[in-house]
Amino acid sequence: MLRLHNSIRPAFRSRRWAHNIPSFSHLNTVNEEDLAHFSSILAPTSILSTLPSISTPADDIAPYNVDWMGKYHGQANSVLRPRTTQQVSEIVKYCAQRKIGIVPQGGNTGLVGGGISLQKEIVLSLGAMNNVRSFDPVSGILVADAGCILQSLSEHIAPHNHIMPLDLGAKGSCQIGGNISTNAGGLRLLRYGSLHGTVLGLEVVLPDGTILDQLSTLRKDNTGYDLKQLFIGGEGTLGIVTGVSILTPPAPQATNNIFLALPHFDNVLPLFQIVKRQLGEIMSAFEYIDRTAYDMGLQHGLGPLLSADEAGGSQCFVLVETSGGNQDHDLEKLNNLLESLLTADEPLINTGVLSQSPTQFNSIWALREGLTECVQKEGKPYKYDVSVPLADFQKVVDAVRERMISKGLYGDHAISKVMGYGHVGDGNLHLNVIAKHGYRPELEAALEPFIYEIVADRKGSVSAEHGIGSMKRDALHYSKSDVSIDWMRKIKQVFDPLNIMNPGKVIP
Amino acid sequence: MRPSAVRLLNILVPIKRAVDYAVKIRVNPEQTGIDLNVKHSMNPFDEIAVEEAIRIRERLKDAVKSIKVVTIGPPKSAETLRTALAMGADSAIHVEIPESAPAPEPLGVAKTLKALIERQKEGVDVVILGKQAIDDDAGQTGQMLAGLMGWSQATFASKVEVDPEQKIANITREIDGGLEELRCKFPVIITTDLRQVHLHVSTKPRYASLPNIMKAKKKPVEKLTAAEIGVDLTPRLETIKVTEPPKRVGGGKVASVDELLARLKEAGVTGKRA
Repeated sequence: MLRLHNSIRPAFRSRRWAHNIPSFSHLNTVNEEDLAHFSSILAPTSILSTLPSISTPADDIAPYNVDWMGKYHGQANSVLRPRTTQQVSEIVKYCAQRKIGIVPQGGNTGLVGGGISLQKEIVLSLGAMNNVRSFDPVSGILVADAGCILQSLSEHIAPHNHIMPLDLGAKGSCQIGGNISTNAGGLRLLRYGSLHGTVLGLEVVLPDGTILDQLSTLRKDNTGYDLKQLFIGGEGTLGIVTGVSILTPPAPQATNNIFLALPHFDNVLPLFQIVKRQLGEIMSAFEYIDRTAYDMGLQHGLGPLLSADEAGGSQCFVLVETSGGNQDHDLEKLNNLLESLLTADEPLINTGVLSQSPTQFNSIWALREGLTECVQKEGKPYKYDVSVPLADFQKVVDAVRERMISKGLYGDHAISKVMGYGHVGDGNLHLNVIAKHGYRPELEAALEPFIYEIVADRKGSVSAEHGIGSMKRDALHYSKSDVSIDWMRKIKQVFDPLNIMNPGKVIP
Repeated sequence: MRPSAVRLLNILVPIKRAVDYAVKIRVNPEQTGIDLNVKHSMNPFDEIAVEEAIRIRERLKDAVKSIKVVTIGPPKSAETLRTALAMGADSAIHVEIPESAPAPEPLGVAKTLKALIERQKEGVDVVILGKQAIDDDAGQTGQMLAGLMGWSQATFASKVEVDPEQKIANITREIDGGLEELRCKFPVIITTDLRQVHLHVSTKPRYASLPNIMKAKKKPVEKLTAAEIGVDLTPRLETIKVTEPPKRVGGGKVASVDELLARLKEAGVTGKRA
């Protein structure tokens, strides 16, 4: 068990935990006059509003005002869907003049409320900007509009034998601009690195409407400050990403995956070391699923990859993927690895499966990727995406469960499940806490800031890849020092002195 | 020859290596066939046949003496046999054809299977195979084999119950508009449909577990050629041309009913008075 309270650093203990409601008194609400002006910029079909002159049905505007989990509900009365960067620029210029807050929105698949308006801001959806601008099959450099859906981009470059450097469960809905604004991680990060490395250039509309054109296709460019890095993970608070230049790697010629059942969590780390050593450069993913998550997946029709006998009392499961250039070479490595794992004196694994066909390969991944949707069907999830040292993955999950039990909140009446899964390779744990009958303030109070304190205590990050949004704004200090936050504020002030760009997000 | 005291079942499962169904099929530039340089795996219907055979053993335990899988194909088909062995088959036969040889046709395959059945000293009581292969979709091998052997046949099976004492198999078939129940005498040829029902629950073929994959490496695989068993696999059909279906042409949007009517007229669509 974690010994939390006696080891928490005093700074955290003394700090008051409170959700401060951000002030929006400096902003104006969208009115009929504003809509008239937007009509001079955009086609009628690109403007949605509940105001009388447009009177879009409530059902049509609702999807822009609620995140896909149904956790965050926005108040925006209008949504704009520009088709060009120029249109975005003109909209932003006008909003700056009129002091109208803007929430840039991509595929609306975020998990921290970053793309949902807090009060009366206007939603600027990038979904209609969905053209690929260019792709160079030799260098693998793709230039595209921000609103392109990740999966469409994958499909666009697949015939040229390239893949996107990032992949995540939401790929069918999420947009590349949103991926970049939130610095999305996902399943391929272990192999291809973060977007800070693969993004070569950006086109951004700044909060005064200026277009910052840095759509470079150069791999090396050391000319002064690298401004684009500020917008990667900037969550739309410094400007709106409208175009992207990204380096895509060649598609691997051979892919395989294995799914392993482990008797105990303690075996994950030694296993990770052995797998890394034996597979070397072909290892492309190392994912972790705890028993609760696995069982939940089975209940919702995922798998079963192992029979009940084979899974036995396994406490957790690991998915390893290889990507390489030669199937025979990769299979030989995998077979050697499996043989050594199975014949060891004290085996680290109980059993496992090796995919025998692309169909099985997909089914094995479906078990891992499908968990997010299963969680959604179980109830309302509190999702915590944290970085902690690998050895602490299970301890964090257990600590949260213990706390729920001790508060009498564990069970079908309140929190029905506490589970962990995630990217072991990146030290990233997805902690999911399921409130069977919906979100309730007392549940949240039991979870937060408790979880943030454990993470901070382990010197982890309160947001590994989901970002800060509005959910974790007041938890930012658990992972960033006062000095850091102070300089973030200064940067925000430089770019957006009027505080119209995604106000109330990220910066506390 | 056969043991007379206790009836022991010998099951033969013919399987085929085919382009995996998750792979997008592309016609080759010469239009003589499809691009075969893609991922292959066991024909899904055959995978169900293997699963069915293993489940029969799980139910009848020692009454099943052997489950033998057989494939006719190029050297790489050996991988498909290993998969079946890892799922739980006991031994395998690989009738190897050269990499460049044309794919055998159902009649050639049926004749090969007949020759192999006759070579089995212990005999064969039940043959279970997929109702069709997803590459040529011929769906003929099982029926031809039953004809050549003069054995019972039960096609498109979704449920198989075998009684080794009585030497009969009760089969539920998927037919248009319902299910048909058959009772067949041994020896019997069964072809499996996609749906597989056990104890009223549909089941999927199992995954090969790692310990079983390791064990499968040590299971015997007998290698033969068509010449050795005296069959001729030369195709009798000639493929003239393979083409892709015509590409779908996208539609257009019209702004008004009048424009729609004008466009329909242009396209030669005319209304009829009631």
